[in-house]
Order: sequence, then structure tokens, then C-alpha cells
Amino acid sequence: MSSKMSRRSASGHAGTTPPSRPKPAPRRRTNNLFAWVLLAPTIVGMGIFTIVPIIGSLVLAFFRWDIISRPEFVGLANFADIALDPTVRVSFLNTIVFVIIAVTLQLGIALVLASMIQERLPDWLRVFFRSTFFFPLVLSAASVSIFMGYLFNEQFGVVNWLIGLVGLAPVPWLTTPAGAAAVVIIVYVWQNFGFSFLLFVGGLGNIPKEVYEAAELDGASGIKKFLNVTMPLLSPTTLVASVMAVITALQVFDQPYVLTRGGPGDSTRSAVMVVFESAFEQLEFGRASAIGLVLMLLIMAVTYVQFQLSRRFVFYQ
Amino acid sequence: MTTQIDKKAPAPRRRAARKPVTSAYVGRLVVLLVAAVLTLGPVMWTLSTSLRLPSESFDLPPRFIPWDPDFTSYSEVFAQIDMIRLVVNSALMTGLIAAGQMMTAAMAGYAFARLKFKGNKLLFGLVLATMMIPVQVTIVPVFMIIRGMGLADTLLALIIPAIPTAFGTFLMRQYFMGVPAELAEAAEIDGASQWRIFRSVYLPLATPGMAIVGILAFNYHWNEFFRPLILTISEENFTLPLGLVSLQGNMGTGSISVVLAGVILSMLPALVVFFFGQRSLRAGLTAGVGK
Repeated sequence: MSSKMSRRSASGHAGTTPPSRPKPAPRRRTNNLFAWVLLAPTIVGMGIFTIVPIIGSLVLAFFRWDIISRPEFVGLANFADIALDPTVRVSFLNTIVFVIIAVTLQLGIALVLASMIQERLPDWLRVFFRSTFFFPLVLSAASVSIFMGYLFNEQFGVVNWLIGLVGLAPVPWLTTPAGAAAVVIIVYVWQNFGFSFLLFVGGLGNIPKEVYEAAELDGASGIKKFLNVTMPLLSPTTLVASVMAVITALQVFDQPYVLTRGGPGDSTRSAVMVVFESAFEQLEFGRASAIGLVLMLLIMAVTYVQFQLSRRFVFYQ
Repeated sequence: MTTQIDKKAPAPRRRAARKPVTSAYVGRLVVLLVAAVLTLGPVMWTLSTSLRLPSESFDLPPRFIPWDPDFTSYSEVFAQIDMIRLVVNSALMTGLIAAGQMMTAAMAGYAFARLKFKGNKLLFGLVLATMMIPVQVTIVPVFMIIRGMGLADTLLALIIPAIPTAFGTFLMRQYFMGVPAELAEAAEIDGASQWRIFRSVYLPLATPGMAIVGILAFNYHWNEFFRPLILTISEENFTLPLGLVSLQGNMGTGSISVVLAGVILSMLPALVVFFFGQRSLRAGLTAGVGK
């Protein structure tokens, strides 16, 4: 692409100013310098605040450091330590269980709702539903967790009041491990399904109408059409939506922090919460870096596996 | 169901327009409406409860529509926390990050899309790769670098590291690639400098793309919780989400109307962006996804 561009600009020059031969050479140099001037803020900023920190984390993970005394090289001790630490293990397990349930719900709800607004709705209703499902994405996770926490209050909360209307006993939402985990998942999915929904609406919109018409002529009905036409043609979108949903969910922090502070016990403690607590509460920066790196490796591994799996299941037109 | 089949036979082409109301259609509408109520209900309850006397915070049955608004809780928010400070901090942080991202992303995006220089592709790949590094992995060293720069516990600690944006750069590069290259040639013939071509020819054409970058930055950083929680310590440097969580802590479960009034106030700018920037926000969130 860049070679095509240079050819074009060079020929442009040759055409307009044929006598001045040496021109292309100096021009390329200024171009080069100008490019670096434009890039400088981004490159320097990323160097200082992303590249150096990632190297810093890699190094720090092999040290014990509380920011006050001298850093002490401990080799792989931090990694051995976190492998044995029950809190770290539970938090990673929590995170994985959370990701599996939350992402399944998020994608499932999004797909069902997205396919429901495709056909035969008046435009104003379609716009209304689309805006409504998109709306929670513009709120802060902290605010959402605050008001959701009140709604799930055991004694005064609206949710238990509704449950009472049906004649069931109040659920101890935030005071039991299972209840608290359920609330974190519900609140997270409530806020985030709209993102997958947007992706699915886009993906479904790209499926040509003729394919459905052909399927109908072949006698395919609702569910058959969905399984044999929609799902294969939507698989690239599904891949992107699931990769993004998983990456985001693996980094869950705001909701459990505001709703439960990780409790009761360690039941809603997430991997990122442990990074935060190790570093800024226990002042173990080396250990925190090690946990962060393990989390990053997990994210990379899961994403890799998803793309590998997709080779088998994703169908490109 | 049978009527559906009957009517389909004569006019198979106009299926979308002519289908009768079936039970499946009604069922679908009901599901969509229930989902919409579940999505909007919690927010309506929050608004309604914030507009009731603090003593009525926990009244059941709950009310979802604020018929008889009372603004006591709203004045109470300002008495309990330094709300003005929080708003100013959040606005400063978000505004400066958004402006910074729009500028730096436009510059870098232009360079990647339109200029030839050594290592263009490699550098662009590197920029994209930084998108995949989660913020938690770099936060400890970032915290130390900020301390080393003497910026610990300042708003600048939140602003400066957030300005270089990989995603914004990517968006702007895509944007500039869509602008015809011939414009530069015309300007060159007129003797315009490189800077002049960028500043006066291409940048004005890129304002819609920059708006997307700005709106995305606004939405993300206005709501941001993790970085402010770590990088600010004194309450005078808190942003809105932090202030609200500490207000919630202070109030216990006493009068949630006040906390909810704070929540509603903090949402107002996000709502404005939602109504006026919905299209840009959607375009930004789903950019680079469709292939």
C-alpha cells in the first residue's frame, strides 16, 4: 500500500516538474521527518506508558519489592508463591467461572434479541429497542453497581419484593457466596449485552436477503433457517463478539469491587482484584506484577484457542 | 399459523410487508418489551428514588415513575460531598484526554495512512499490538513512572498516560485512507508545505473521524474507575465514579436517595452524549469489527 502511494507521488512529481531531477530524494526525507513529528506524541507516550511498563512488569515479577526498601531478586518465587496461594487460585477460578457464565449469557441474550429485531418491526420500534439495549453501555460500571446493589438488597430491595409477590422467600443475594456471584454476573451482563447486540445486529444486517428467500423456496422454516442459514453466515461476527466479550470479562473488576469487595469470603474476588490488592493494599509490587502477567498469558491463550477453534466453525462467504 | 401459509402462497416476494400478525410475532414483541423493561427499569427506579424524600428511599412497592418529585436529595448530595469538585475533575480529565486523543490520533493516523517513512508497517503493527495489553498488567510500573515524574496523586497522572491511543490511531488511519490522495497533489502544486497539506487539506476532512475518537474517549474515561482508584489518593483529586462510591460508603444504607441523586447527576453528561452522539459511539465501538 505504501509502495503504491510513493509511486503515485513520484510520478506526479516527474509529470509536473520534469527538469528538476533531484527533487524526489529530498522530498522523501522531509516526508520522513514530518512523519516522525506527527508520530512523536503517540510513539513517545506509548513507549513511556505501555512498552516500558510491560518490560517493567516482566522484570518486577522476579523481585520482591514494597516500594520503600531495595528490590530483592527472588527468581521464580513470586510465581511459586501465587501458584500455592489459595486466594489467588480462588480468584482465578472465580474469574474463569464468571467468564464462562457471563459470556454465554451475554452472547445468548444479544443473539436472541438481535435476531428478533431484524424482521417486520416498524422502524421506530426497531430504533427504540436498539437504543434501549445500547443504553447501559454509556453508564459507568461503578454507578450501575451502586444502584443494582440497592435493588438486590435482601430486605428492602425491589428484586426480593418482586420475588415475594410470586410467593417465594427472599433470596440472600449479597450475603451468600452463590447469591453474590449471581448478582455480579447479572449486573455485568445487564450492562454489557448491548455491545454484543450491536455486533450481531451489524452481522445479521450483512446477510443478503436472497439467501433467506432461497432457503424459503427450499422449504426451510424458522428454526431450520436459523440453524442452517443464519448461524453459518453469522459465524464470523460470533467469533469477533465472543473474543471481545471474553477479553473484557477476564478483566472484570468494577462490579465485584463496588458490589461486594470480593466477598463474602473470596467468593467474588476476581483476578484483577487480587492484582490491585497485592500491589496497593499489601504493597507487594513484584507479586502483583507476576499475577498480572499470568492474567495476560491467560487472556492471550484463551484468545489463541478461540481463533484456532474458529478455523473449524467459522464460515467465510 | 395456517393463515400465514395461505397468504404466503400468492405473494412470496413481499413477505416482509404482508405477513399477518401471528402468535410468533406477538411472542417476539413480548420478549423484546420485557427485555426493554428490564433494561430501563433499574434506571427508572434510580431516577424515581432519587426524586423522593430520603426517608422514603426504601418504600415498597417501588415506584418507577417520578410523579411527585422532591429535590431534597439533590441538594443533600452537594452538602455531603464536594460534588462541584468531582464534576470539575471529571470534566477536566475527560475533556483533556478526549482533546489530546483527537489531536495525537489524527496526527499519527495521518502519518500511517498518507506518509511514506521507514518502518511504517512495523510501527503500526506495534501500535496495534499495544491494544491487546490489559491495563492491569502495566498499572504497577505506570504508577511508579507517575511517581518518578512527580505527578503522583494529581489529575495529570490520569490524563497524560491516557492520551496516546492505539484504537484512536487505528480509527484515524482508516479514516485518512478513505480520503482521496489527489487532494495532496493539488495542494503541492500550489506550493503548500507538508504541514499545510495536513493542517488545511486533510484535517478538516477528518473531523467526523475525530468526533468518533472524542466521543469514545469521553464515554470511556468519564466512567473510568480502575485507574482513578489507583492513581489518585486525596479526595480533592477524585473523579465522579470514585466520589460516588465513597459517598455510598459514607451513607451506609441510611438514605440511598442521596447516593442515587449523585448517580443520576453523574449520568447526565453521559446521557447528553448518548442522545447526540449515539451514531458516532456505535460506529466507534463496532469499528474494525466488520470485515
